[in-house]
Amino acid sequence: MQGTAKALPGAAHGPKVRARRESGLSIPTLWVTAAWRPRKERGSQPGTPGSEGGSGALSGKSFNSSRKGVPGGTGLGSRTQGGWGPGPGRVLLQVQAPGRGRGPRAGPAWEPGLRPLHPPALGSHARPLGYAQAPPRQIRLRSVPPPPARVYLPCRRRRSRRCWTRRPAPSHRPAARDWLSAVQSEGPERGRAFPAGAPEAGAPGCACAVRAAGLVPAELRSWAVVGQAWSVGSGSAAATGWGAACRMPEIRVTPLGAGQDVGRSCILVSIGGKNVMLDCGMHMGFNDDRRFPDFSYITRNGRLTDFLDCVIISHFHLDHCGALPYFSEMVGYDGPIYMTHPTQAICPILLEDYRKIAVDKKGEANFFTSQMIKDCMKKVVAVHLHQTVQVDDELEIKAYYAGHVLGAAMFQIKVGSESVVYTGDYNMTPDRHLGAAWIDKCRPNLLITESTYATTIRDSKRCRERDFLKKVHETVERGGKVLIPVFALGRAQELCILLETFWERVNLKAPIYFSTGLTEKANHYYKLFITWTNQKIRKTFVQRNMFEFKHIKAFDRAFADNPGPMVVFATPGMLHAGQSLQIFRKWAGNEKNMVIMPGYCVQGTVGHKILSGQRKLEMEGRQVLEVKMQVEYMSFSAHADAKGIMQLVGQAEPESVLLVHGEAKKMEFLKQKIEQEFRVNCYMPANGETVTLPTSPSIPVGISLGLLKREMAQGLLPSAKKPRLLHGTLIMKDSSFQLVSSEQALKELGLAEHQLRFTCRVHLHDSRKEQETAARVYSHLKSVLKDHCVQHLPDGSVTVESILIQAAAHSEDPGTKVLLVSWTYQDEELGSYLTSLLKKGLPQAPS
Amino acid sequence: MKLYCLSGHPTLPCNVLKFKSTTIMLDCGLDMTSTLNFLPLPLVQSPRLSNLPGWSLKDGNAFLDKELKECSGHVFVDSVPEFCLPETELIDLSTVDVILISNYHCMMALPYITEHTGFTGTVYATEPTVQIGRLLMEELVNFIERVPKAQSASLWKNKDIQRNSGCSMEDGWECRDGGRKTRLLPSPLKDAVEVSTWRRCYTMQEVNSALSKIQLVGYSQKIELFGAVQVTPLSSGYALGSSNWIIQSHYEKVSYVSGSSLLTTHPQPMDQASLKNSDVLVLTGLTQIPTANPDGMVGEFCSNLALTVRNGGNVLVPCYPSGVIYDLLECLYQYIDSAGLSNIPFYFISPVANSSLEFSQIFAEWLCHNKQTKVYLPEPPFPHAELIQTNKLRHYPSIHGDFSNDFRQPCVVFTGHPSLRFGDVVHFMELWGKSSLNTVIFTEPDFSYLEALAPYQPLAMKCIYCPIDTRLNFIQVSKLLKEVQPLHVVCPEQYTQPPPAQSHRMDLMIDCQPPAMSYRRAEVLALPFKRLFEKIEIMPELADSLVPMEIKPGISLATVSAVLHTKDNKHVLQPPPRPAPPTSGKKRKRASEDIPDCKVLKPLLSGSIPVEQFVQTLEKHGFSDVKVEDTAKGHIVLLQEAETLIQIEEDSTHIICDNDEMLRVRLRDLVLKFLQKF
Repeated sequence: MQGTAKALPGAAHGPKVRARRESGLSIPTLWVTAAWRPRKERGSQPGTPGSEGGSGALSGKSFNSSRKGVPGGTGLGSRTQGGWGPGPGRVLLQVQAPGRGRGPRAGPAWEPGLRPLHPPALGSHARPLGYAQAPPRQIRLRSVPPPPARVYLPCRRRRSRRCWTRRPAPSHRPAARDWLSAVQSEGPERGRAFPAGAPEAGAPGCACAVRAAGLVPAELRSWAVVGQAWSVGSGSAAATGWGAACRMPEIRVTPLGAGQDVGRSCILVSIGGKNVMLDCGMHMGFNDDRRFPDFSYITRNGRLTDFLDCVIISHFHLDHCGALPYFSEMVGYDGPIYMTHPTQAICPILLEDYRKIAVDKKGEANFFTSQMIKDCMKKVVAVHLHQTVQVDDELEIKAYYAGHVLGAAMFQIKVGSESVVYTGDYNMTPDRHLGAAWIDKCRPNLLITESTYATTIRDSKRCRERDFLKKVHETVERGGKVLIPVFALGRAQELCILLETFWERVNLKAPIYFSTGLTEKANHYYKLFITWTNQKIRKTFVQRNMFEFKHIKAFDRAFADNPGPMVVFATPGMLHAGQSLQIFRKWAGNEKNMVIMPGYCVQGTVGHKILSGQRKLEMEGRQVLEVKMQVEYMSFSAHADAKGIMQLVGQAEPESVLLVHGEAKKMEFLKQKIEQEFRVNCYMPANGETVTLPTSPSIPVGISLGLLKREMAQGLLPSAKKPRLLHGTLIMKDSSFQLVSSEQALKELGLAEHQLRFTCRVHLHDSRKEQETAARVYSHLKSVLKDHCVQHLPDGSVTVESILIQAAAHSEDPGTKVLLVSWTYQDEELGSYLTSLLKKGLPQAPS
Repeated sequence: MKLYCLSGHPTLPCNVLKFKSTTIMLDCGLDMTSTLNFLPLPLVQSPRLSNLPGWSLKDGNAFLDKELKECSGHVFVDSVPEFCLPETELIDLSTVDVILISNYHCMMALPYITEHTGFTGTVYATEPTVQIGRLLMEELVNFIERVPKAQSASLWKNKDIQRNSGCSMEDGWECRDGGRKTRLLPSPLKDAVEVSTWRRCYTMQEVNSALSKIQLVGYSQKIELFGAVQVTPLSSGYALGSSNWIIQSHYEKVSYVSGSSLLTTHPQPMDQASLKNSDVLVLTGLTQIPTANPDGMVGEFCSNLALTVRNGGNVLVPCYPSGVIYDLLECLYQYIDSAGLSNIPFYFISPVANSSLEFSQIFAEWLCHNKQTKVYLPEPPFPHAELIQTNKLRHYPSIHGDFSNDFRQPCVVFTGHPSLRFGDVVHFMELWGKSSLNTVIFTEPDFSYLEALAPYQPLAMKCIYCPIDTRLNFIQVSKLLKEVQPLHVVCPEQYTQPPPAQSHRMDLMIDCQPPAMSYRRAEVLALPFKRLFEKIEIMPELADSLVPMEIKPGISLATVSAVLHTKDNKHVLQPPPRPAPPTSGKKRKRASEDIPDCKVLKPLLSGSIPVEQFVQTLEKHGFSDVKVEDTAKGHIVLLQEAETLIQIEEDSTHIICDNDEMLRVRLRDLVLKFLQKF
């Protein structure tokens, strides 16, 4: 088994793992709550301590067998079982055996060398099981995202349940297998998909290294192997050992789609123990199983709902939401799906459209049904912009305006003080109908940004618009027809507004049409969701709704044969089917006509062919269509260009950046630029690769206001030279952590202070009277201790701060005086200093 | 933590909350009932109104007859109407950091506050609140500015006139000295509150400037104020974009509930769950008509409307341009055909009628679920779009212009202002008031309809009072309070006793435990909770170094010594800097002789020392001649050889020895073994 591990990513660290296993220390670090969970409670995990099952809580084997053991398969899926339930501690205590590196789990290995931790005085207090046996320990406070605290369990086990597992595809789901083979065959596309036997991972010690985690070569598909592969590969612990992994909370990101690719956006994020799926798109370039993300990566035969806390959809484009009904209804997910209101409104329409083309036109079987789309949409929770949605007690998400299409949003995912921002697709320059993306300085740990135009800095939009209008105008002037293939929503509206205002200004008479159906309906959505458009449209919509077009009328099939100039917007945008293709065929033969492609065309479509210069197209039925009309390409896609991406990074100030939704080569360029300019790490994982970022969240505790105010009153800024320390006692009770002054801590616990006082006798040769001795002591101390408060009290005693000095006659020797110096334990330094000072004698008084 | 109460009107509140280091104004309501004391502003010269007799004192002194007119036994001020502002003297309003607006009715005083008090902060409100609030203000300004009035009465406001009565101005002083503090003016002018604070309406310029200070927020958006306080608006279910606010720090939570509704009308339903666990719940904006059931009132409204129209009369509905009118139109939409009213024109006349109808359709996200699903189809959420399309509902900016051409009778007219003192409604009152066929139906609860009608008396037209107030009634309040369980409730004094008109209805007041704290205008309440804790963050490096020890089962302690960093009201504890390593042995030596300078704080001690064990320990460590003497309070341990004496008592230990540092430290360590450190 360990031998095979070598063949796996991260297997370079195999020996370490093995060493630990052999020593029987299955889980090296023990996590307990502040309440010191007794060992037997902790022991509820599958397998016995020290056994392979326990150590490999992650391994498919133990995972699976324990599942089988529980009727209904609730064993690991259930959150209520054993330590899985929400526990009391918000902060984790990590107990370590000094000198052992990572302490072993409380097992027999802990027993030797035990010694009582505390003086017997404490013995009267009952101690929970396991406590007394603990070796000398160092206890670590660990922040787990706040409120209602939960117990961090032995981390491995936790992972096994909550993290992505990668297991071989079951035979009943060929999709995964195909996906796998696709991945392998597509080597260059997914550059980092590792071939069998070649360990691929970040260098040991580089905890943030991108680690290929996902793809398990087919020949290694056996339970044990896969289980271990997972634990080594994706466990992030490979580099620095489990202890490190446990000590460091981390954020993990695995793209299932859109990793160094455009299309099929689907990104898994693990943050603060929560798993979130960002987008759930389809790939336009594939018609087989590769078009959907491989959800078996998340779990092979467990319920997705158990492994995902929520799904977030950034906008309604099919490469971001196209797989949603498949995911939720066919694979099976019942958790919440978050999207904005416009997305929720428009998404089902596009899905239905997509379904129709796939099923009705192409005759695909085993596709999702209309009912599935409806059922899927029932699981959607709509969010407002800037609304903080509490997914559960710890996980919150917040939407920001993205300006890519109507309702497009960026999402901030936050657990405690850790956060990730996912941009979806966005646009940093306001266009004719939408505003610019905006985010506040939220300083996320990680910014996951699209990078479609990673290397492009586009000329100003105005230029492109002028070009577009000029071309349309010229064609219309010479009596030609203009075809603009568009997708129903988004660019269509922008171009309609553009042409509408132009027609009005230049007073053109040529008719503009848009193809019926979706586009009209789409305009209606824009009217009703006008709050999502740009400032100008919003301000003027009462006087004039920009989406009520005067010059643009609905298109009828018969109009295509009308003589004279006209402009037609027709769907779909890539000329691969439908009305736009029909019109194209009619008009292609005339060189007076023009087709303007306003967006990106996927390979294989007519749009792509004519853009790449093909002039003779083979249509179905062996017909050959000669294209004489002019073909123009204008980029109107609303993606941020390189400048825009940099601008957003600057706005959000992330600790690190991760690029998705772009081509690998371009990403590489942008990655360097980001790393140079912002001095943050930038990642670009391929599909199936996992990026692990350790985070170090601080621990929130309550400080008593008295203590804080006392501290603040002494001046706000601690100077570098003389750091002033705040002293207090942290009381850890169940899940509450309170920092109070020591006095208050004693009071709160109902304990009395025990005063420890020292009185030292210092003998001085001085034959004068006691009062005079005291006076001499006073003047001496006064001159030496300039910074301290030295007082001569009326009763003859001298005080230095709270230290009392009295002079008394020696019982035997009249030439000697005894100074009684008395101080408390708290003043020990000063007291001991004073005695040593006085011991040296007093300077001779000038007599 | 204090609450300054600037408004006496329970549904148009204006309070200032001082919480931690922030000053937060909650709502900015403008009490417009003051306008009821003024004569209506007719759009068209009205001979009746201009010929009203001046009012004179009983003794015939008529020095106020220019300003005060009498109509059917009521006295009105003949002047530009004025509004009763919130208190501006109680607290320096320039120190207000933020203003939180709960709904568009509660922001009408905003320009007075933001433009004339030196206010420099930010206003937070939801988008529908701002847009519709703007419409309400625009309408108000328009109503008043388009009928310029030459006269602005001020004499009647004179303090002496206000105070004295039964004698003329000249002997006013005498009267007061004589202790007869009856008032000079007739009711209701003499009872009017704070006339000195009454102000004329603001201008559009001031409105725009005030609105530019607003920052838009969404429901459940968490807004940080100076890192000290977090405020969050929650849906309150009363109107489009209406919100309740949560003002909280990590350990304290104040809920501000203002104008909430549990009824299912067009807005998004109220979010109750988030109000739970409040320390203080400020409760304002309950229903003004606790005895009326809104549903019943809508039914009554429809049937009266149909009855009048069938009899050939016209119906006048004085209303605000937004809010309940949407619900009324929706009811009528369903009712028109069944009642055979399809040929009756409905007119909506307001300078902002069009905007209001348009705006109502674009706030899909702020609407109830049913309306949202309509938008998803996509269809307009409100059916008035269809009424407009089929020409059944027409809207006009005013009675001038197109309206006069299209005007057909009998008809139904929705127009403002509900106070009947300005706006197009004045014209219709004058026009239709004389015929008993016509009906005026009051639906807005803000103004007493009898007072509103007073300057139009005698009146032949029918008056129907169907106030529709969807805000919480007392039954709902007690349910709500049971549900959210606030520690303390604060509310206007009006809610702590039954309404004066129904003093026997003990159910028409807030009943909760502990009893609600009440406030009245110009009062300052100290809110009853004490802040004990503040959040502080411990850096992971520091946390790593902490060594907890268990004191009792389940309770552990760790002593913390750290450097406190405070920035933007956020506190962070960082590990203390490592002491610089001593550079040379020589220096180190000297260092020990240095005066201990940075006071290293020693922990406190606790526990007690069992004498026998202690003695054993001493012997184990080489003290041979240990003697123990019992005293009243404890024991004295004598080490004769070392001439040392250790007094051990229950909670103190005193070591008295010669100046022998070695010995002292040894003894100290032995003692400390038995004690716990804090």
